[in-house]
Amino acid sequence: MSLPLPLSLAIAYLVGRRRQTIISIAGVAMGVGFFIAVSAMMQGFHQYFIDKIIHVAPHVVMKDEFRTARIQPVTMQHPNSVVMLSGVKPRDERRGIRGGERIAQEIAQIDGVSVSPILSGQVFLRYGGKDVAVNLLGIDPVKEAAASNIQQDMIGGALSNLNTNSTGIIIGAGLARNLGAQLGAKLTVVSPQGVTLIMKVEGITRTGITELDYGQAYALLEKSQILQKRDQRINLIKMRLADVNRATILASALEARYGWRTEGWQETNQNIFGLFRLQEIIMQTVVGAILIVAGFGIFNIITTVIHEKERDIAILKSIGLSRRDIEAIFVLQGVMVGIAGALLGWALGWGLMQLLESFPINMTDESFMEIEHMMLYRTPRHYIDSGVLAVLAASISAYLPARRAAQLRPVDIIRSAA
Amino acid sequence: MTTVLDLKHVSRVLTNEAVPVTLLHDINLTIDHGEFVAIVGPSGSGKSSLMYLLGLLDQPSAGDIILHGVNTTNAPESVLERLRLEKIGFVFQYHFLLPEFSALDNIMLPMRKLRALSHSQMRQRAEELLCYFGLKKAGHRLPGQLSGGERQRVAIARAMANDPLFLMADEPSGNLDTKNADLVFSLFERLAKEQNKTVITITHDPALAARAHRQINLVDGQLVTA
Ligand SMILES: Nc1ncnc2c1ncn2[C@@H]1O[C@H](COP(=O)(O)OP(=O)(O)O)[C@@H](O)[C@H]1O
Ligand SMILES: [Mg+2]
Repeated sequence: MSLPLPLSLAIAYLVGRRRQTIISIAGVAMGVGFFIAVSAMMQGFHQYFIDKIIHVAPHVVMKDEFRTARIQPVTMQHPNSVVMLSGVKPRDERRGIRGGERIAQEIAQIDGVSVSPILSGQVFLRYGGKDVAVNLLGIDPVKEAAASNIQQDMIGGALSNLNTNSTGIIIGAGLARNLGAQLGAKLTVVSPQGVTLIMKVEGITRTGITELDYGQAYALLEKSQILQKRDQRINLIKMRLADVNRATILASALEARYGWRTEGWQETNQNIFGLFRLQEIIMQTVVGAILIVAGFGIFNIITTVIHEKERDIAILKSIGLSRRDIEAIFVLQGVMVGIAGALLGWALGWGLMQLLESFPINMTDESFMEIEHMMLYRTPRHYIDSGVLAVLAASISAYLPARRAAQLRPVDIIRSAA
Repeated sequence: MTTVLDLKHVSRVLTNEAVPVTLLHDINLTIDHGEFVAIVGPSGSGKSSLMYLLGLLDQPSAGDIILHGVNTTNAPESVLERLRLEKIGFVFQYHFLLPEFSALDNIMLPMRKLRALSHSQMRQRAEELLCYFGLKKAGHRLPGQLSGGERQRVAIARAMANDPLFLMADEPSGNLDTKNADLVFSLFERLAKEQNKTVITITHDPALAARAHRQINLVDGQLVTA
């Protein structure tokens, strides 16, 4: 029925300065609300992106390149001595993964790994007077189907058509639109090696990733080898894992074994993950700044209240209230503003998210990913983190002036009041 | 008669000034239980300084203050807080009522800190005190809605809330008209007589001082025997 004395004093003081209290609470609420909404938005986007990557892109790729230049044989013979070579010319090797088909077969033996050997290369697609440069992937349809989500991404035609029509080609939806080509259209495919083939559109895919939908096509591996004039060669091995978290470990194991550069999906996308990290840092800085501003507001209101209530402090101390009681009166005000601000901020954050989700955003065309509405990552963590942060910031902001109030000597105040 | 307050060679010197300022010099004084004492003296003679020492709001530079058998000099802050809470009630020239709290709530403040009574008992005691001080209808009013005399009586009621041994008042009638000043001193007389309180008050009004059992005269920080 009766509150502890410091608490009822704290409440009385806050109620006595209603306008300032409301402004302080609003400041905290703003910080908390934006923290929640922006975190959900950012993490939602990151999660969506990762899901998309895991869905669309191979989990591990082996490429026809080496991470470091090959060591000269003479250096290998004299490992601990200085070797000077002059007139070294890089060998004009035939590009591609040597023994790629065999390597692909070996990898396919590993449990939970599906493998698709590929020869990829640039070609021009020509249709109705339009010329578009694309990356043509020469695939084995059955293996590619197992090692990717191409089946689910087909929005027209069928992947299996490549088996019945060996001059079939599958193109991205954006590419189809750019060319004005539909299923059954006959495209002229020209390679930099000067080979020309007429190929019929047997399928259209749509991944949602602009780069792929506008710049990628599939054909049989043999056709790609003919176009690139690289018989029996492959230059890319795509792998799909049952457990995506094994990607990095598997990649380094394969690279150690075969020597060819092999990347897990995290490494392939490390630029973007770096960007994500940067975004997170920027957001944390902004939220930190908002909380600091809110903290200053609280510091300010508590300092003002203390100045105004010096006489109360003096009489309360002369009555017998301890330093800690006095401290508690003002810290509790900060805590209450923090809690009220956090609760209001939770509501604000939730409301902002509802609002964001209800707005359709159309980023289907030129951006690097198809997004139709805001993807929000909702988690209690954002609420807990922001709440704890707000109450902590508010308490510290109140504690600093409260400590000074507790040290005031009643005699000094009483003397100046008389 | 039992001695409830005993000062031995008490002095108070301000040392944090450029030149040390002696506020009080070698004060020896005993006050008995139930005594009504008036401290008189010219302005600036150190009356308030002495009262702050008696009320444990300040510490002497030398000497001992024994309050109800406890030597308070250099006692820990927690002991002083406890003595102030239980044994001493203060009244100043300014009422120092908390403006957000009703008269009743102001009177309950010391009881709520002491926590010796239940909430309803605190309330009942506060109402009784209001009655005793002739403020029966003022309980729910805020200090701003009371007259100067009423405010000072609420302040006295608050000082008596925990039924202390001492009532210490520093020029309690300084801001009051003659009628109200008279009323305050009548209350002091009653408290000493009816409730056996030890009342120590500062005043510069000789007529009021004359109503006390004893006058203590202070000049330039030293006691002067009348
Ligand atoms: N903190 C202080 N600094 C300097 N001088 C002080 C201080 N406190 C009191 N004094 C001086 O000490 C003297 C005694 O003050 P006080 O005890 O208030 O006298 P009284 O109550 O009798 O008028 C006065 O001259 C006053 O100016
Ligand atoms: Mg004085």
